[in-house]
Amino acid sequence: MKLSQALLNQNRLALSRILTQVENNSESGRSALNELFPHTGKAHLIGITGAPGTGKSTLVNQLALYYRKEKDYRIAILAVDPSSPFTGGAVLGDRVRMRDLSGDPNIFIRSMASRGSLGGLAQSTVAMVQVFDAAKFDVILIETVGAGQAEVDIAKLAHTTLVVEAPGLGDDIQAIKAGIMEIADILVINKADRPGVENTERALKGMLELAHPTRRVFQHHGQRMVVEAPSKAEEQNPIWIPEVKRTIAKDGEGINELCETIERHLTFLREGGEWVTRERTQLQSTFDSLLRENLFTRFLDELSPDAYEKTLSKIMKREESPWGAVEKILNGRKV
Amino acid sequence: MVERKIRVLVAKPGLDGHDRGAKVVARALRDAGMEVIYTGLRQTPEMIAEAALQEDVDVIGISILSGAHMALVPRILELMKANGQDDVLLFLGGIIPEDDISQLKEMGVSGVYGPGASTEDIVTQIRADVLERA
Ligand SMILES: Nc1nc2c(ncn2[C@@H]2O[C@H](COP(=O)(O)OP(=O)(O)OP(=O)(O)O)[C@@H](O)[C@H]2O)c(=O)[nH]1
Ligand SMILES: [Mg+2]
Repeated sequence: MKLSQALLNQNRLALSRILTQVENNSESGRSALNELFPHTGKAHLIGITGAPGTGKSTLVNQLALYYRKEKDYRIAILAVDPSSPFTGGAVLGDRVRMRDLSGDPNIFIRSMASRGSLGGLAQSTVAMVQVFDAAKFDVILIETVGAGQAEVDIAKLAHTTLVVEAPGLGDDIQAIKAGIMEIADILVINKADRPGVENTERALKGMLELAHPTRRVFQHHGQRMVVEAPSKAEEQNPIWIPEVKRTIAKDGEGINELCETIERHLTFLREGGEWVTRERTQLQSTFDSLLRENLFTRFLDELSPDAYEKTLSKIMKREESPWGAVEKILNGRKV
Repeated sequence: MVERKIRVLVAKPGLDGHDRGAKVVARALRDAGMEVIYTGLRQTPEMIAEAALQEDVDVIGISILSGAHMALVPRILELMKANGQDDVLLFLGGIIPEDDISQLKEMGVSGVYGPGASTEDIVTQIRADVLERA
């Protein structure tokens, strides 16, 4: 039997193997994605991001326990940790906080290293989430360490993004990174048992009031992101204002309230049309980057290495500019 | 071309609370460019086999100081086989009596490393073993 068919029949080894193929961007991985795609588009993708050590994995553990107990959902977890830029290796330690979840066949935890994704979220992360989606998981929890582009990328991929803060990391407004309001659908103050929780909450709420609650438009490296005009329904219920929630993940406190907020956000997405908008943005981004990648490779394949070298050396000698050279090459090509 | 990464699960079964050795090995493997999934203390054979399945690892490394290796290892191997992962390598660290080592190897353990083993040797051996299996 084909591996992708086995995956659709809930075979866990097949799922695991396909995740590896997709992570490695292998030929077999790409053909699996192609076969699985019709089965995607149903899962609720929840991103959990924030500074190192704020309790993201502990929180993910609690969220999964909640969904198993209260909703009987099938849960997939994708925990992303950075690769060492020097050796390319990684120690992926998020499972340590998720031991409560072992032995449940309706939970699947996968760790991944960011590999060469230059601070952003790897393209393979998006693809691996699609594999989980096809495998009929109701909720996919994606944990990433909050840093720069990775944080923006996770917000683009996820339907609901949780930004996890903890007291004592520096409680004034400056310490809380700018841009957080564009990313967070829900702000979680974890470790609420720690002193300073009021200060953190005040700082976050202050930032919320400052932030203009406008619709989000994602701009990504000059990529074209068409955002559809708000529909009628959206005009009546146009914006989601991020909520601030306290949790003590290590004791499971505040989890019910947090999950109710996540549920409300999901309803907002579904009823307001935002779900479709996000879907479009995400798929367009995948489509565009595949197109770009493949056109480039195909074009280079057609161009003789000799002609390529000649043009490059002309550019080196300042006889031709990169701009002029590209235009000339493209014009000379019969499309 | 994407270089294929070696993925290793490092686990510490048993009830004793020392995972220093396991952490040292985990870091050495990382520094050698491998991706190490670290699962922490008090892992049962069931938890180890499940994690290995979900993570699709090439290698499992376990550290056993409690002396329970002759009970734990066959169980882990049995579960790996049941999961269709009998091609995954299993190596052991800890204090293992000489007599047991040959028995463990017969069961299918790829390597046994005592407290004196250098991390370089472990890394080299694992690389060679993975290449041989591939
Ligand atoms: N006091 C307190 N400690 C907590 C709470 N939640 C988690 N911790 C502890 O915080 C530490 C880090 O927790 P993790 O869940 O590993 O944090 P993380 O954000 O996933 O960490 P990285 O993945 O390394 O970025 C652990 O020692 C947890 O036990 C909490 O609510 N209160
Ligand atoms: Mg974590």
